[in-house]
Amino acid sequence: MNKAEMREKSFEEAIARLEQIIEFLEKGELSLEENLNLFEEGIALARHCRGRLDEAQGKVEILLGVEEGKAQTEPFQPEEEENTGE
Amino acid sequence: MAKIYTVSELTGYIKTLIERDTVLAGLWVKGEISNFTRHSSGHMYFTLKDEQARLRCVMFRTENRLLQFQPADGMAVLVAGRVAVYTKSGEYQLYAEQMEVAGIGSLYLAFEELKKRLAKEGLFDQARKKPLPVLAKKIGVITSPTGAAVRDIIRITRRRFPSVDLLIIPAQVQGEQAAQSISAALHRANTLADLDLLIVGRGGGSIEELWAFNEEIVARAIAASRLPVISAVGHETDFTIADMVADLRAPTPSGAAELAVPELQELRRRLLLMTERLNIAGLRILERKRNRWAEMANHPALLKPQRWLDIKRQRVDEAEERLARSIRNQLEKARAVLQKELATLDALSPLATLQRGYSICRREEDGRVVREAGQVDPGEEVRVILSRGELICTVNRKGEALDE
Repeated sequence: MNKAEMREKSFEEAIARLEQIIEFLEKGELSLEENLNLFEEGIALARHCRGRLDEAQGKVEILLGVEEGKAQTEPFQPEEEENTGE
Repeated sequence: MAKIYTVSELTGYIKTLIERDTVLAGLWVKGEISNFTRHSSGHMYFTLKDEQARLRCVMFRTENRLLQFQPADGMAVLVAGRVAVYTKSGEYQLYAEQMEVAGIGSLYLAFEELKKRLAKEGLFDQARKKPLPVLAKKIGVITSPTGAAVRDIIRITRRRFPSVDLLIIPAQVQGEQAAQSISAALHRANTLADLDLLIVGRGGGSIEELWAFNEEIVARAIAASRLPVISAVGHETDFTIADMVADLRAPTPSGAAELAVPELQELRRRLLLMTERLNIAGLRILERKRNRWAEMANHPALLKPQRWLDIKRQRVDEAEERLARSIRNQLEKARAVLQKELATLDALSPLATLQRGYSICRREEDGRVVREAGQVDPGEEVRVILSRGELICTVNRKGEALDE
């Protein structure tokens, strides 16, 4: 798996693959060569997942409209406690 | 010895049991009013009944002064409230908060009808429910941008998992246009490529204020959503059609935020644990690799090449012997099968029949097998084939068939 593929992988896919790799390695039924390859992939996946967890603060935006499939947005700041009805 | 309870202790125990129950904490009951009385204090006391059961009810003045109608014996009503224990009499009763005349025009009926119809179509089926992403990158929040719901959702997602992106998709969540507005927002959200999950909802309100979430157009928009949908309508006790169609129902908007994003700390712990397991497995691989080298260094091929070759040669001889034995076995088996089949063939052959004393008679003229006396005339020649040899005979007379 190259870096671009890794970036595209969702967190749960990465976690699921990592889980699978660990199980394979713990069972120890594969050849040494295969084990080493899996181990390397596992390390890369773990690093990728940790990267996702360390990402910076996300954005909060409000949708103003959709033009040609593109969202038109602006930053959103909720009003302070007053209108509790809705 | 077993503990002995006082009446108060037991009643107190039952009271906590009942009052802790989440169903009993807020529900709708339908029934017919009987024994209706209005106390001088303004509180109403009555019994709700149906064919099989009765339920004591009380509706305090603060609640019943909002009623739009005068309750009376024999009236069919829907009552919302909570069930609790009145310690003094040791009775459980329904503390009514709202009451509606059951009948035509009731929102309840419309709700039940739609619920039944959509259930029949399979819109609530578990099999339809889409799984939620473990870690959504970007969540669409369909609600009013000015309500408490949007504030709660932002606050809680921030706290649990700061890096998640939120896109507020504004919708009118009460009033005439609400259902239309919510379903339009759902459709719009589904055209955006970068969302992973939708939350649709609003904060608490009266049943009329929440009604948009009981409308068919909203239910269908949720069902049609490509993105997984978490519904978050009103309070814990509010159950809407939207909740039933959604992939997951959250009890409140805050609850939706908790269901939508994992707790960062929890994920960190999980990943750390996996990394540890991976490292241990990695160490074990290295160890095996080292052992393998040691094993190879001690290999007979390296230590005593001649002896090792001898062993290999012996193995080849043994293999040849085994192969030859196996071929012999198979040949013998095949022969046995063949013999058995030949025996079967014999039993079926006409020759075997002749051996048992039967014979075949053919007309000499054309060789046709004679099955009936009518096939030959006296004076004609027939050939009788026996097990061994044959007889050429001339027909003298014809007899009748035995069974005629």
